[in-house]
Amino acid sequence: MIDGKKYLTNSIKSLPPSGIRRFFDLASHMEGVISLGVGEPDFVTPWHIREACFYSLEKGYTMYTANAGMIELREEIARYMHGWQNLSYDPETEILVTVGVSEAIDLAFRVLLEPGDEVLIPEPSYVSYVPGTIVAGGTPVILDTREEDEFRLTRDELARKITPRSKVLLLTYPNNPTGGIMGRDHLLDLVDIIVANDLIVISDEIYGELTYEGKHVSIATLPGMKERTIVMNGFSKAFAMTGWRVGYACGNRDIIGAMTKLHQYTILCAPIMSQMAAIEALRHGEAEMRRMVEDYDYRRRLILKGLKEIGLPSFEPRGAFYVFPSISVTGMSSMEFSEKLLQEEKVAVVPGNAFGRSGEGFIRCCYASSVDHIEQALERIGAFIARHRV
Amino acid sequence: MSLVRRILELLERDARHTSQQIAAMLGEDENRVAAEIARLEKDKIILGRTTIINWEKAGDDGVTAMVEVKVTPEREVGFDAIANRICRFPEVRAVYLMSGSYDLAVVVHGKDLKDISTFISQKLATMDQVQSTTTHFVLKRYKQDGFIFDDKEMDRRLVVSP
Repeated sequence: MIDGKKYLTNSIKSLPPSGIRRFFDLASHMEGVISLGVGEPDFVTPWHIREACFYSLEKGYTMYTANAGMIELREEIARYMHGWQNLSYDPETEILVTVGVSEAIDLAFRVLLEPGDEVLIPEPSYVSYVPGTIVAGGTPVILDTREEDEFRLTRDELARKITPRSKVLLLTYPNNPTGGIMGRDHLLDLVDIIVANDLIVISDEIYGELTYEGKHVSIATLPGMKERTIVMNGFSKAFAMTGWRVGYACGNRDIIGAMTKLHQYTILCAPIMSQMAAIEALRHGEAEMRRMVEDYDYRRRLILKGLKEIGLPSFEPRGAFYVFPSISVTGMSSMEFSEKLLQEEKVAVVPGNAFGRSGEGFIRCCYASSVDHIEQALERIGAFIARHRV
Repeated sequence: MSLVRRILELLERDARHTSQQIAAMLGEDENRVAAEIARLEKDKIILGRTTIINWEKAGDDGVTAMVEVKVTPEREVGFDAIANRICRFPEVRAVYLMSGSYDLAVVVHGKDLKDISTFISQKLATMDQVQSTTTHFVLKRYKQDGFIFDDKEMDRRLVVSP
């Protein structure tokens, strides 16, 4: 047999495997695990959305759609973005429907980056931004965020890491894994630097609807930012539609146009059944979505209080469905803590360093789980902490 | 939404929630939540707490019927007096005043068909105000009080995902 590896590009070979792969293998072969390690809603997609998909299949909607997505869906997205953030996008030229936000990010990197162009990426953050940058030929530059700032990107850190090669700033708030958000004032603090350095912002706002005690603010709504921001959003988190793989990008028509060209050659179009379901979600899904968000909020408060009581305090996360407590009381590394917790107490969490070096010393706990599971998990983690506190 | 409404919604969804849990979920003071619940019980806004059981699966072969009842309303009390009398029978699980072609919908539970037919023919149909009854037996339950019997949906998520 030939050695397949020798045919691979250097850039793919240099990519480190996902930090949670080994951990996943460990956890998935164990019986009786309570998992706070998932990254998706515990709700199944609301029935009316699933039902709209069945109906579309019955009517024979099984063909390709326009490359940029069905115009009906792009019109609904335009209406939604206007209602939600007061942002106006032309459905014909400024909106692209993608296979999840993941595809949108990949497309944006590939149409924006020349070799050597730098992408500023705050960490801890979702795992695909750094590899996506590298594969597209760019250079990732990590922006560290800290617990005392509730993991917001600060003006100082941004200013410190900017170079003449900086081209793209990636923002991802509400944040996975920390649950941190950036309010209007915090974002405003960055705007003059972004404009002065002529950066393009890729803003992954997939958790935007999952904002508690306040409303999400898109950076594109700030003065001078709409033209240089590509807002990315999708249906996975707000409408519990992770497996449907449907998202979108809104922004400058030249950039969206280039992304659409690339999307046309690589993906052709997002699956029509997912697009039909997405139309239903935007037309009639708000009430169910609000109900789910309210339910996350209940569990957010419950787990936060529970973690505090067992000695793992965290800042109050105001977005997504994660809590990111410090594990410093145990003196363990994130990986050591997570592996021991899994082996000794059969509770799965995700080590914070899987999301970047500034996540070291923390664990990600997802509270998109039943109240019973959360309480059992807290009990087990509590016993673990009591044994391992230093 | 008011605190009371939130408390009621949480308890309606899961009667096991303690006032401590509810207080944590709502970010409220535990004593205040406990006091509200006590008041709701005292005011009979919370009537009771029950468990939804799939009796068929538990091996019970009881029978349930929906009975459409036409009654003669009475001066001053309308349908209330007769409805309240029907409510008192332990065989009766639910009584609703309906719009449409009959007046009261009465849900009756018994150990078998004969049990129910005896109750209807001897107790229910013989009441002075009752003009007629039409009995429909329940053949199978699919959903009750928001719970689906034999629900095939379960948590199919991967144990760990980014």
